[in-house]
Amino acid sequence: MKKSLVLVLTLIVALTLAACGKSNNEGTASSPSASASESAPASSAAGEALSGTILAAGSTALQPLVEQVATKFMADSKYSGISVTVQGGGSGGGLTQVQAGQVDIGNSDIFAEEKFKDADADKAKELVDHQVAVVAIATVANPKVGVDNLTKQQLVDIFSGKVKNWKEVGGADQKIVIVNRPSSSGTRKTFENLALGGPSQDLPGSIQEDSSGTVKKLVGETPGAIGYLALSYLDDSVKALKYEGADASVENVTTGKYPVWAYEHMYTKGEPTPVVKALIDYILSDEIQKSDVTEMGYIPIGDMKVARDVNGNVTNK
Amino acid sequence: MNTPVKEDRTAGDRLTRYPKHIREDWFGRVYVYLCVALMVVTIFSIVWFIASKGLNPFVSGAIGIPDLLLGHVWKPEGEPPLFGALPFLAGSASVSFIAAAIAAPFGFCAAVFMTQIAPKLGRTVLQPAIELLAGIPSVVYGFVGLSVIVPFLRDNFPGQGFGILAGAIVLSIMILPTVTSIATDALSTLPAGLREGSFALGATRWQTIYRLILPTTLPSLLTGIVLGISRAFGEALAVQMVIGNAPHVPRSLLESAATLTSIITLEMGNTVGGSLHNNVLWSLALILLLMTFLFVFIVRMLERRAKR
Repeated sequence: MKKSLVLVLTLIVALTLAACGKSNNEGTASSPSASASESAPASSAAGEALSGTILAAGSTALQPLVEQVATKFMADSKYSGISVTVQGGGSGGGLTQVQAGQVDIGNSDIFAEEKFKDADADKAKELVDHQVAVVAIATVANPKVGVDNLTKQQLVDIFSGKVKNWKEVGGADQKIVIVNRPSSSGTRKTFENLALGGPSQDLPGSIQEDSSGTVKKLVGETPGAIGYLALSYLDDSVKALKYEGADASVENVTTGKYPVWAYEHMYTKGEPTPVVKALIDYILSDEIQKSDVTEMGYIPIGDMKVARDVNGNVTNK
Repeated sequence: MNTPVKEDRTAGDRLTRYPKHIREDWFGRVYVYLCVALMVVTIFSIVWFIASKGLNPFVSGAIGIPDLLLGHVWKPEGEPPLFGALPFLAGSASVSFIAAAIAAPFGFCAAVFMTQIAPKLGRTVLQPAIELLAGIPSVVYGFVGLSVIVPFLRDNFPGQGFGILAGAIVLSIMILPTVTSIATDALSTLPAGLREGSFALGATRWQTIYRLILPTTLPSLLTGIVLGISRAFGEALAVQMVIGNAPHVPRSLLESAATLTSIITLEMGNTVGGSLHNNVLWSLALILLLMTFLFVFIVRMLERRAKR
């Protein structure tokens, strides 16, 4: 009895140690920047095909695009030696992880400078920005609200709870229902910064959902609902409202007439390694920008006739 | 030259010294011990992991325990960030208790029907139907709730349909199998003589049910209800889809509210591991875990009372 107990305990210790050892190994193996940078220069120097691993994490708005392009990328015989993994985690997570060297690429809807402020400002300087696409966000409402244009001030009043009924902004006599994103969402931050001009509160009685599909369903079904969605999610079940008289259309975004749009960034720490650069160049290639990027509802970066800097200043290209 | 041969022989001797059935017995014992030990280690490491993450905000002094439990403002992105979890505690408690209050009478009636009134019909039709409810994935319940219950409440009551009531209705259907099966077990183990004696004294069936069967099986029924509440407390997805998720203490049953589970699922994807926001979500997970312990404790107490 005693003997077997000792044996069992020994086995447990052995198993635990084995498990620890294994996770340690994985830890070093999945520190991708190291492996990528080790193997890449050697192979490119030899003039052969690139090989290595790439780990990208961050924005869930950009994730589907990177995932789809990565699948194509790995299927391409030129890059068959490269393996790409794409994870979510939110824009903030992507930036923090790429800064800490835990991932090769940090996907983000926001500029690194907006995330690393004040004492952390130096951290943003180490990151190199690669803008791969543009995503535009439209204010959407239930089709029966009887309004098709809202000014910035009206939007601010609605999202701060000052205006509670659609008739106060020239619509039907219908209570306004706000369908929001959680306060940590990147889409919400983009909408707040560019459409409202600042953070908004979570109002009592507002609804919060994290998935664009659910937001669309709710806005389409709930009388008096207002929310916001990326252009790719728009259809007839919801009504896209004009912002300060400008339609949320691809054309208005590219010419800068419609201001609620954001870059999709892929940040690297320092200049990208050849392997990572191959992937980013692949996403920026005409072939991908004209097909996958457009098909998935993003706007190709090359179509933009205006540019925006970190401080929000928009200039013509 | 001789020594290795000799050693081989002793090794062989040692192997055959024990008969086969002893070795099998020994192997079986080690295997069982190993599985149990692994289970215990897993459970303790999960508790330890959640506790270490969840206690971090308090240990580091970022927020105090009263701030979390009694604060009613949840503004994780604010300046300074505020983490008041009272709205979620209130939301979780009210959906679970209302769900149990809805499910309990239904569960008891179904159990009475299956054991006392129409055992044959009950066992062939009602029981499989209720067991089927237990097998439906929670996302399906949530989707049905979002597509049927929320619009129904929106059209027939003031408000947008989202809120505690919608969550409680969805949960009551989800916990019905738990409540019913435990009530059925309790009723079917009741000694037949008890019922027959009651009938012999001239009591009607209804009198027997509510004067005799209900009081006798009450502890077991309560066990079923507590287990139901416990399941309702921990349910995340279905509730998140229909409750609206506004981080406020709702002013009515028909106003958007949030629960501990819904706020964790909603916000964890957007937070970074190690940040205060992320750790506070772990604190909420720790509260959930402690609540589960409490429910298990209550069930134990009830069982002990039932045995007496």
